[in-house]
Amino acid sequence: MAERYVLAVDQGTTSTRAIVFDRGGRLVAVRQREHRQFFPRPGWVEHDPEEVWANTQLTAAQVLRDAAALPGEVVALGIANQRETTVVWDRATGRPVHRALVWQDTRTGPLVEELAARPEAAVVRDRTGLELAGYFAGPRLRWVLDAVPGARERAERGELLFGTMETWLVWNLTGGPDGGVHVTDVTNASRTLLMDVRTCRWDPDLLDFFGVPAAVLPEIRPSVGVLGTATALPVPVPIGGALGDQQAALFGQTCFAPGEAKCTYGTGSFLLQNTGTELVRSAHGLISTVAYQLAGEPVHYALEGSIAVTGALVQWLRDSLGLITTAPEVETLARTVADNGGCYVVPAFAGLLAPHWEGQARGLVAGLTGYVTKGHLARAVLEATGWQTRDVVRAMDADSGLPLDTLRVDGGMTTNNLLMQFLADSLGTPVVRPMVGETVSLGAAYAAGLAVGVWSDTEALRRNWHRSAQWSPQPARVAELDAEYPQWEKAVRLSIAWGQRP
Amino acid sequence: MPGNVQSLERAAAILHAIAGSGGQMGVTELASAVGLAKTTTHGLLRTLLDLAFVEQDARTGRYALGAGLLGLGSHHLDANELRSRASNWADALASRSGCAVRLGTLAGFQVVVVHHVFCPDDSPQDLEVGLVLPAHATALGKVLLASRSARSRPAADVRLERLTPSTLTDPVSLAGELEAVRGRGWAQTREERLTGVAGVAAPVRGPGGLVVAALGVTGPVDQLLTTAGTARPAVVGMVVDAAAAVSRELVPRPGDGRRG
Repeated sequence: MAERYVLAVDQGTTSTRAIVFDRGGRLVAVRQREHRQFFPRPGWVEHDPEEVWANTQLTAAQVLRDAAALPGEVVALGIANQRETTVVWDRATGRPVHRALVWQDTRTGPLVEELAARPEAAVVRDRTGLELAGYFAGPRLRWVLDAVPGARERAERGELLFGTMETWLVWNLTGGPDGGVHVTDVTNASRTLLMDVRTCRWDPDLLDFFGVPAAVLPEIRPSVGVLGTATALPVPVPIGGALGDQQAALFGQTCFAPGEAKCTYGTGSFLLQNTGTELVRSAHGLISTVAYQLAGEPVHYALEGSIAVTGALVQWLRDSLGLITTAPEVETLARTVADNGGCYVVPAFAGLLAPHWEGQARGLVAGLTGYVTKGHLARAVLEATGWQTRDVVRAMDADSGLPLDTLRVDGGMTTNNLLMQFLADSLGTPVVRPMVGETVSLGAAYAAGLAVGVWSDTEALRRNWHRSAQWSPQPARVAELDAEYPQWEKAVRLSIAWGQRP
Repeated sequence: MPGNVQSLERAAAILHAIAGSGGQMGVTELASAVGLAKTTTHGLLRTLLDLAFVEQDARTGRYALGAGLLGLGSHHLDANELRSRASNWADALASRSGCAVRLGTLAGFQVVVVHHVFCPDDSPQDLEVGLVLPAHATALGKVLLASRSARSRPAADVRLERLTPSTLTDPVSLAGELEAVRGRGWAQTREERLTGVAGVAAPVRGPGGLVVAALGVTGPVDQLLTTAGTARPAVVGMVVDAAAAVSRELVPRPGDGRRG
């Protein structure tokens, strides 16, 4: 039998990666290309959707060549994407009417405050399972419709299309202006504030509330199921699935049973726990989101703890402070000292997400003394990721009643052994990394492969999961960090207070 | 007090002279600047050219500082950076081979484990990052020792500790083995550190072609070696391919940008 491969595209915040996996879920070839980050004003973050699309085509073509697969051996394409990033484009020409508003962008803050003051705002949390926050896509769509001259009228006439990144890519892959399919997957749709999280349909009350015409919206589809054929690749391939990147990682980690959870450490970090087919509402600052849906099956939900800035703090150390030349060197620098020297960094660059949801909070470095060196600062930067994880794990334990016995981790920061050990010690639970660290891409590949029968069912995927590393808590360190945690909590309170208006 | 190496001092003087000129210098000009005969200066420049420490303008024949010098300051490869770049390929190697994978660098006569991927059988295992292994008794170590320049290879009087009955403790035998490793581009061990355990490893090369690390698998003897005691060709192929893939990750590709 000929070998069968699946192509995954991970359209991320800083780069687009194309990866070919074999049936064992093993990485065969990988290509990556970064795209530009535009910062037109403080708090604004934009991407050029056409650049992202060009990079997708390029890396996909390159990786297919690298894999040297025979024609027909690559049987499906799966897409994972940076979530909540918003694109609005012209249906006839395929040209975006504005650069993409990235999930880190905070320009909708004032708009959201204004909306939150309305009496009917309570409907949002109830219908969507989300916080009414500028972090989600709906307010960004509204901003574009308000800001671009004529956009609202054109949207109402059906001349403009809205999408998160997977929608933009699927539309272009399937022909663009020439018959492109305008669809979104249900996990991405669940991040817009426009979808009823129980029915998984666009909600007319929410569309009214946010002032969004239904004509711009894509059709909501299951995460696993053929969306169309990618005719824009060198060899046409069915698009078998799409998921938001964090849901893709949950899928790639094969967290298919209620209670199973993973945390992905990238630019930000996202802890998702599968809660099964029942929607669990958070009382502790988490959000309820769609985990995945197989075509013809009920939706699976997750509780999510979203942390905006983790790896981005290391990038800040590299790019803004110049203390390191590559991100992994942060570990080398941190190991020049034995502890944080009393220093804490709260990276509330654009407010704090879960479990605080304090949009006005701003970052701070606490505990500075003349004793603190760049080594201590590097440690505090890494510890900030650990402490923020502890914040969301505590909330999740309280909400789900399913205490984590093990944390499954993935993402770029999991090659940082100092951080992983700190996580195990600060959580007091083992931290486990799977054999494929590229779980976002793997999850997209799994979704697409399931849709076309490369794998028979989710049980077949579970058999591919293996441990590649484990960090166990050291009892003495656990006790030390328990004693230190109130210091972190105090620093967080200070960063929230700093952002409050006098 | 032992004297300094004269040719090194002279070469350094030439480099200083070129650096001081802020541009290019001809051989006559250089000879007079450092107070040497023109033929001596020319000889030194030939060697510096071979090392890429100077470059010669093809049109004017004048000398400038070379790209090889620029690399000296910045090409030190951080161990954590190395792990980050190797991670995907180490995972894939463990998954394909069914064996534990280690990435190591050389420190004196020992191997420091920079990255470790568990054997994918989900049995209890401890992370060995930071562990120090004897170079002469591991496949990683043999690859790294074999890649050292002739001058820094183990001298005949180094004491090689016996860890198992199969450990190579005779420096002459080890030197012969390292010669073979250099020739074929990979190394193996059979029960030389631990009874019942074999290893196969291959070199990871940095952008300039120098060996910066070794990547290898360890596992039960019969899983990695044939009954004749040589590494199974399929295993060698996987290890060599994975090491080459990591080497490619270390070469910056245009437009790739930085990872992680």
